[in-house]
Amino acid sequence: MTPEEWTAVRLSLLVATTATLASLPFGIAIAWLLARRQFWGKSLLDTLVHLPLILPPVVTGYLLLISFGKRGPIGAFLDQAFGIVFSFRWTGAALACAVMGFPLLVRAIRLSIEAVDVRLESAAGTLGANPFWVFATVTLPLCLPGVIAGAILCFAKSMGEFGATITFVSNIPGETQTLPSLIYTLTQVPGGDAGAMRLTLVSIAISMLALLGSELLARRIGAHRLVA
Amino acid sequence: MSLDVNIDHLRGSFRIAARFSAAPGLTALFGRSGSGKTTLVDIVGGLVRPDRGRVAVDGQVLLDTECGVFVPSHRRRIGYVFQDSRLFPHLSVRRNLLYGRWFNRETGETTADLASVVDLLGIGHLLERRPDSLSGGEKQRVAIGRALLAHPQLLLMDEPLAALDEARRAEILPYIERLRDETGVPILYVSHSVAEVARLATTVVILTDGQVTAVGPVADILPLADSGDGGSVLDATVARHDEAFQLSVLTSAAGELQVPRLRAPVGAPVRAYIRARDVMLSLRPPEEISALNVLAGRIAAIEPGAGGAQAEVRLDCNGAALTARLTAKSVQRLALAPGKPVYAVIKSVSFERS
Repeated sequence: MTPEEWTAVRLSLLVATTATLASLPFGIAIAWLLARRQFWGKSLLDTLVHLPLILPPVVTGYLLLISFGKRGPIGAFLDQAFGIVFSFRWTGAALACAVMGFPLLVRAIRLSIEAVDVRLESAAGTLGANPFWVFATVTLPLCLPGVIAGAILCFAKSMGEFGATITFVSNIPGETQTLPSLIYTLTQVPGGDAGAMRLTLVSIAISMLALLGSELLARRIGAHRLVA
Repeated sequence: MSLDVNIDHLRGSFRIAARFSAAPGLTALFGRSGSGKTTLVDIVGGLVRPDRGRVAVDGQVLLDTECGVFVPSHRRRIGYVFQDSRLFPHLSVRRNLLYGRWFNRETGETTADLASVVDLLGIGHLLERRPDSLSGGEKQRVAIGRALLAHPQLLLMDEPLAALDEARRAEILPYIERLRDETGVPILYVSHSVAEVARLATTVVILTDGQVTAVGPVADILPLADSGDGGSVLDATVARHDEAFQLSVLTSAAGELQVPRLRAPVGAPVRAYIRARDVMLSLRPPEEISALNVLAGRIAAIEPGAGGAQAEVRLDCNGAALTARLTAKSVQRLALAPGKPVYAVIKSVSFERS
């Protein structure tokens, strides 16, 4: 593999890991809200979360560009207030991946929270646990397999994200050129076929490893429960 | 400790309007299925918020809709043993037991520690197991222990034996008796079983279609329960065992009773529950009769039953209340009337061990 290809693989892993870990707390919070609380605007929130799943990725990327870009309202504010810049940076790629993977993350976690018996939660309440501790000691451990499944889905989606990323942060080698972007570039130049094939194999290997890893993790949680 | 409940709650078209106070010991909420018992304890435990009402434990107001007071369940310090034990499947028995203790450290009160609760409930051999591998009876004992270790000021038990078979029930009943007598934690116990209430209760609250219809000591109230079978409760002690015939002799205020051999040791307090239909009356002391128990008494009242074919004859046997269910024909034939001395005859085989 060429240094350019290695850079793209490393960048993709960084972007996907950042996107997954950064969106996980928000994903769990929103999944819990949707699963356990009734509030005004709930279906609106639900729709908003799922929007990236049904919108063309280019549209999502363009929306990110006009809101989080340097001159976009949110982007300009974040730049001035905190010095955080998304446009044409790898962090922007991570943001695009997080937004695209978010519906998958929330969906998996929400379903597993809904599967947790609320009667166990009320039992924990009668034992003195406040709502936060009920969540931390009963709900979260019991829905952990769903959280892991959601995180893996989000990670896999991030590894393959192309449309929103390239629209939002372009295709800059070493900064925003992720694995799919480089495969696309290689298919556009003469003699790039061999590189595209190598990266395709790497991509398949990473996806399978992620799946295997989640499987092992889920099994370890099951075993842990046996002795805990 | 005292528990004062006065609530008015509409659930669909079913209205619960209940008012009662519970004394120390075990207070049984007794009534048919669907009479609102579980909703009532859910309100006391803070799991259901009633439309209107007030709940106070020892004068500490937990709920008062008029003043807008609602203490959430996790700050009530009210233990709850559910019908389905609700043990945490991801934690071992030990960690289930210690779950509540962690949140109630600050209270500083130690009504129970792990060793004594484990000993009280006989669950020492289960500590490292996970809930899935326990039998129904073991699960309920662990659930009781878990509630106790959260240092509750009041313990709610919602039909804790309903999901268990006869043998498991017999296994747990002695533990609940010890709980009532040894821990000093007052208990509000929901049941629709006359046998359970007769054996365990200090006070009985009868709930009929969401209304409290009677409150009082178990011996006074249970015979009035229309959902029961009009039986009476006699407090007694084991005087001796008759090993040759596999009988136990009990002494009570009403006199001696011979019942099938009990496992309880001599001197142990027991309760005899005598169904009204198992009691026969005689005007003279019966002779050459197979029944072993003859109690002398006086008729206190005669209440005709619905339809007029039967009557409940309430007796005063040396201060203890006993009820006999007779046909109207027998009442007339013997010319029974209040004040008349009679002899109550009860076959020993009509007693069952619970």
